[in-house]
Amino acid sequence: MLINKASAPFLAGYRLFIVAFFIFLAAPLLAAGTFAFNDSLFPALPWRGFTLDWFFNDTEPKLGMFHDRRLLRGLYYSFVIASIVALLSVFVGTCNAFLFVRCSFPWKNFFYIVMVVPLVIPGVILGISILALASNLANSVENSIGWDLGFLRPGILLVVLGQFSFITTITSLVIAARLKKFDQTMEEAAYNLGAGRARVLATITLPYLRPALIGAGIVAFLVSFENFNTTLFLVGSEAPLTITMYDRMVKVGSTPVLNAVSFFLMVGSALLALISVLVQRDPKSG
Amino acid sequence: MNKDIRRLTLILLFTPFALWIVLLIVIPHIGMFILSMREKVAPRVFEYGFGNYIEFANEPIYWNTLLRTGSMSLLVTAIALIIGFPVAYYIAKIAGNRTKGALFLICLIPLWVSDLIRAFGWILLLRETGVVSSSLQWLGLVDGPIEFLYNDVTVIMGLVYTVILFMIVPLVSTLDGMDNAMIEAGYNLGGNGFTVLRRIIVPYAMPGIVAGCIVVFMLTAGSYLTPILLGGKNSSWFTEQIYNQFITRYNWESGAAFGFLLLAFTSLVVWLGLKLSGQTLSSTVARS
Repeated sequence: MLINKASAPFLAGYRLFIVAFFIFLAAPLLAAGTFAFNDSLFPALPWRGFTLDWFFNDTEPKLGMFHDRRLLRGLYYSFVIASIVALLSVFVGTCNAFLFVRCSFPWKNFFYIVMVVPLVIPGVILGISILALASNLANSVENSIGWDLGFLRPGILLVVLGQFSFITTITSLVIAARLKKFDQTMEEAAYNLGAGRARVLATITLPYLRPALIGAGIVAFLVSFENFNTTLFLVGSEAPLTITMYDRMVKVGSTPVLNAVSFFLMVGSALLALISVLVQRDPKSG
Repeated sequence: MNKDIRRLTLILLFTPFALWIVLLIVIPHIGMFILSMREKVAPRVFEYGFGNYIEFANEPIYWNTLLRTGSMSLLVTAIALIIGFPVAYYIAKIAGNRTKGALFLICLIPLWVSDLIRAFGWILLLRETGVVSSSLQWLGLVDGPIEFLYNDVTVIMGLVYTVILFMIVPLVSTLDGMDNAMIEAGYNLGGNGFTVLRRIIVPYAMPGIVAGCIVVFMLTAGSYLTPILLGGKNSSWFTEQIYNQFITRYNWESGAAFGFLLLAFTSLVVWLGLKLSGQTLSSTVARS
């Protein structure tokens, strides 16, 4: 390996660089998390002692996050949106994986590239294009037959569609990667033993795919939860958490309650990421 | 019989794919293009033409912002590659087996934390009353508080921070697949560290490098939060212009034109990058 040939000072410098890089990675996360426990009205030094008020206190001015109605509502909407997006995108992602791994059809390579493209379109543009289409549709329906299609106005449905439009690419890639590694002789064996198509799918193929399905679902959930760019344009009165936090950061100025939310979200995502790693490492299903 | 089933399966699997792509990607973008060609001349009266694009070309502040966004995104991509490559190489080739998994996981954790929280963390560190400024004062290195936010260096650093993981992940997975014997052979044939890097490692990692660069560039050019929060009102990022046209000024026609220009511009840069490096979209992004 390269390591054997390098001189000792070079290697020491290299190690130092790696350490510095990981400090750089951790610094803002530590800052955002730590000030949640500072007993002060501002998320800044000096340190005034440890407190859990920013999580649990129920009176102003130190209103904790679990008593802050607007933050809790944002959390709830984020959860609802992320769950729907995760379910939908895992379903379509599974269909796409089977389509591109198992089927052969003309223009397949072209369609594969088309499937990847939504991931590289800037989120802002996905947001405005879907907003413009839905509004035009709603306006023309209203002008021609007089129906007011409220669900085409900015709101939960549009946020779900906007996030779904690019998250499906991620789930498709994750599930297809696992389906490619599947040994198809296992299915043939089941057919030879007299099983029908549905039975083979339910007892052989889907259980094999399960880690990838769960992993893709978790990734979709997290990406949806943290999305800002696409959501910003499609959001109605039901603002998800990132939008609520942004509004507060810009309009009210930051208080440690935002650090409390950050800490809560970081712990939550770390746990979910850990679960997805554990699920995909499970030797029994691998 | 069997052929019919196969055809039915194909149709059933193709339908969700087609619905997704046509309804959520193709039609909205065509709609956006038509919207961008439209100009309001009177209430409820529209004219079609290139008016919005001409307005863009005539207003230096608009295309300067686009050029600025593009060049800063290229700079961010280059910095992310220069910092990310050694880190990815360390994870893939030098770290021991156990450290490797742990380091890779640590690299991924910030990926799952929202842009918003990461930018918020930087604000807490770098603003006038922030941690860095008060630490410097406490150490006696400076006399008064220093504002580190709201300048281009901070914006670039924040953007590199936000996107560098998307550079490291594809690089680690390509470098992981590389046989160490290839590097050994390079040394045995008399190459020094630099030659081996230039002639063996970099060519092998090219698909990963290109994939990382494309994703990083697109994410940077399309980012909204980091430039706004770390750069403040004068960050002049192009997505901010789009937001202003759409939401603040309610001028959807020119907002759509701006959106289309951003899309065309970034696609052009990505296409040029692919041509120059001799890769294709399916050999790079799709694989990682």
